[in-house]
Amino acid sequence: MTDKSLLDLSGVTKRFPGVVANDDVTFSILPGEVHALFGENGAGKSTLVKIIYGVQRPDKGEMRFDGKPYAPAKPSEARAMGIGMVFQHFSLFEALTVADNVALGMNKEAIGSNLDEQIVEVSKAYGLTLDPARYIGSLSVGERQRVEIIRCLLQKPRLLIMDEPTSVLTPQEVEILFQTLRQLSSEGCSILYISHKLEEIRELCEKATVLRGGKVVATCDPREETAKSLAEMMIGTTFKFAERQVHELGKDRLVVNNLTSVSHDPFGVDICDVSFRVRSGEIFGIGGVAGNGQVELMETLIGEITTVADSICLDGEAIGTMGPTARRERGMCSVPEERLGHGAVSDMSLWENTILSARTRKSMEKRGFLDLQIAQDFAGQVVSKFNVKTAGIDNTAKSLSGGNLQKFIVGREILQAPTVLLIMQPTWGVDAAAAADIHRTLQDMAADGAAILVISQDLEELMAISTNFAVIAEGRLSEPKPTGSQTIEEIGLLMGGVYDRLGDADEGAPA
Amino acid sequence: MDLLVLVLQGVIIAATPLVFAAIGELVVEKSGVLNLGVEGMMIMGAIAGFSVTLETGSYILGIASAALVGALSASLFGLLTQILLSNQVATGLALTIFGLGLAALWGQGYSGESTQALGKVHIFLFSDIPIIGPLFFSYDPLIYLSVALVIGVSWFLNKTRLGLILRSIGENHDSAHAIGYSVVAVRMAAILFGGACAGLGGAYLSIIQTPLWVEGMTAGRGWIALAIVVFAAWRPGRALVGAYLFGGVTVIQLHVQGLGFEIEAQYMSMLPYLVTIIVLVVISHNKTRAALHAPACLGKPFFASS
Repeated sequence: MTDKSLLDLSGVTKRFPGVVANDDVTFSILPGEVHALFGENGAGKSTLVKIIYGVQRPDKGEMRFDGKPYAPAKPSEARAMGIGMVFQHFSLFEALTVADNVALGMNKEAIGSNLDEQIVEVSKAYGLTLDPARYIGSLSVGERQRVEIIRCLLQKPRLLIMDEPTSVLTPQEVEILFQTLRQLSSEGCSILYISHKLEEIRELCEKATVLRGGKVVATCDPREETAKSLAEMMIGTTFKFAERQVHELGKDRLVVNNLTSVSHDPFGVDICDVSFRVRSGEIFGIGGVAGNGQVELMETLIGEITTVADSICLDGEAIGTMGPTARRERGMCSVPEERLGHGAVSDMSLWENTILSARTRKSMEKRGFLDLQIAQDFAGQVVSKFNVKTAGIDNTAKSLSGGNLQKFIVGREILQAPTVLLIMQPTWGVDAAAAADIHRTLQDMAADGAAILVISQDLEELMAISTNFAVIAEGRLSEPKPTGSQTIEEIGLLMGGVYDRLGDADEGAPA
Repeated sequence: MDLLVLVLQGVIIAATPLVFAAIGELVVEKSGVLNLGVEGMMIMGAIAGFSVTLETGSYILGIASAALVGALSASLFGLLTQILLSNQVATGLALTIFGLGLAALWGQGYSGESTQALGKVHIFLFSDIPIIGPLFFSYDPLIYLSVALVIGVSWFLNKTRLGLILRSIGENHDSAHAIGYSVVAVRMAAILFGGACAGLGGAYLSIIQTPLWVEGMTAGRGWIALAIVVFAAWRPGRALVGAYLFGGVTVIQLHVQGLGFEIEAQYMSMLPYLVTIIVLVVISHNKTRAALHAPACLGKPFFASS
């Protein structure tokens, strides 16, 4: 512990029923330092920052801020001390304006007489353009994050906590964010940067604390480490990244022609004239910033929203007007983004959950009755093949951790041997080793002749496994290109909504 | 002309219980809670107001105890749904049934009794202006209170910080909790306010509109108040207009019967409820618009898991 440090944690421990989220965590942050806190999902990063921000209280251990004991009972106390936080899942209100949202996140005393002017002033000073009168619902994800950041900056923070800030940004937006953070750090504000993206941490941070299973396992200077050495610190073992396989592509399996659909959600995105094809043996990747029509596209492809018959063709058959069950019968399986509630029913057991999607393809139905034995056997198969950690198939879906449930759902679809697999965020929340497993399985399926569509926000993942690649922005799809034929800057522009007109000088990227 | 003024006066008087109940429920729903127990809280307010007024002879005491009993009934709902996390729809329905039953029990000795109706306020000079006087300045104090309440709620929701916090909690309780607002405390306060308002609406019925006690005298007005909140798209000003519209249908129904039209009385009595259903169907037809105005967390239970 140094005398000069801004924030000291010593022996911080937090238990939840069944898990120790933080176990004897000790580290300190210097003034003006950009400090990375990194580890896998479930390593206890989020719990730790919630303790610092006063959302939760530690069971044991103490914190010192500025050398004085610090034990915030609620976030407003943390804010009063000069600690600001940008949440991973934004704490914003869609039906309220930017100014209202900013006001809600500030302590009453800190709000001056003219909030709108202050917002404009700060947004200019840090290069974060924002109109205080707009409704959050009409903003892009990147702009929403700005609202969060400005909310913090208005309170002149001494420590800014950023929880996984870049997972929702385009590469260009990431660059702007990093500039803002560097500017803040040069002005003396400390930044606690939470992430599991190794490259970012190496680029931005001066110091890193690595968490694994709730414990601090290493402290290092990330600039002197390689991505591989950081990854090994994070997961504790060595592992193999999936590598892209090259093989012959066969006939067209899934063909989408000028697909257009209107979203039912008032803040949703309409799908506009999307065309692409996925061939046998191909992994087609669709990247893009969250909230640009991925969910709507997926719903239309699955059949939850029906459309014009021949805008979606499966093995030559027009299936646009069919519902999900009919599409499954014809060999199209899917893994939606939301695991609980969409991919699985939380209060049903694992084997009951297999019936929901595998009923027809695994012939669990006999003369109108369900053959439960088949369902139970199938569930057991999924659990053992995909290494799902659970006490048994009678456990409910919600009893599984996020990563395990993801493995279960992905396994349930893959073991139905689909000819076309639609999969969204395949490795979201699963640990690195399991992610590599899922990637390998997808590649094996493609090698066996399946057509796979992967929609993901993780560019690295798409670059690693997809054969062809396109970007979705504001409900439009860019022209599919072989993976690796575009630079990361080009992809970034596409993600920002500049479709297929990179050479066009008249068109600027919308903010 | 006199008949028109008379009809309009009737409309305003018929609508006032709806104004009270609807404005209270509007605040409750804005905070993200769906309390279907309005009818039960109203009838509890009605019997409390009536019995206390009859026993003590004091209108002020009667009205105050109606608000208090309304809030008490609501606190039961609040305790069950906010702290014990019971289902809001089921609890609200139970509160209605419970309220109707308990009020009937309480009112057994009061059946057929009546009180003197609360007098009108005479506002110097204004009340004597022809047409305008009788139309705007010839009512009992509670009517003025109901209008003031609507203006106050509108100001509170849109202009004050606490109002903003309440709206934000109805919009996204997880975010509000993460920022550090007490979701349960704010919702409890809103629920109590809603209960007090429903109680006042009930008291207006039993003390002023028809100053006597009849079992089940709220006759579905709590449900209409709920419909008005949706009709108003959760805006106080529109709730007032909506209440007067529904009040208007009730009064017109009476006058049509009085003028001797050849329509069965039962059909006319159906009218307010029929209009409620039609209006709800028309409003819910446009999903997007309704969704934009509806508090996003309406009816969802909140449990602070992190």
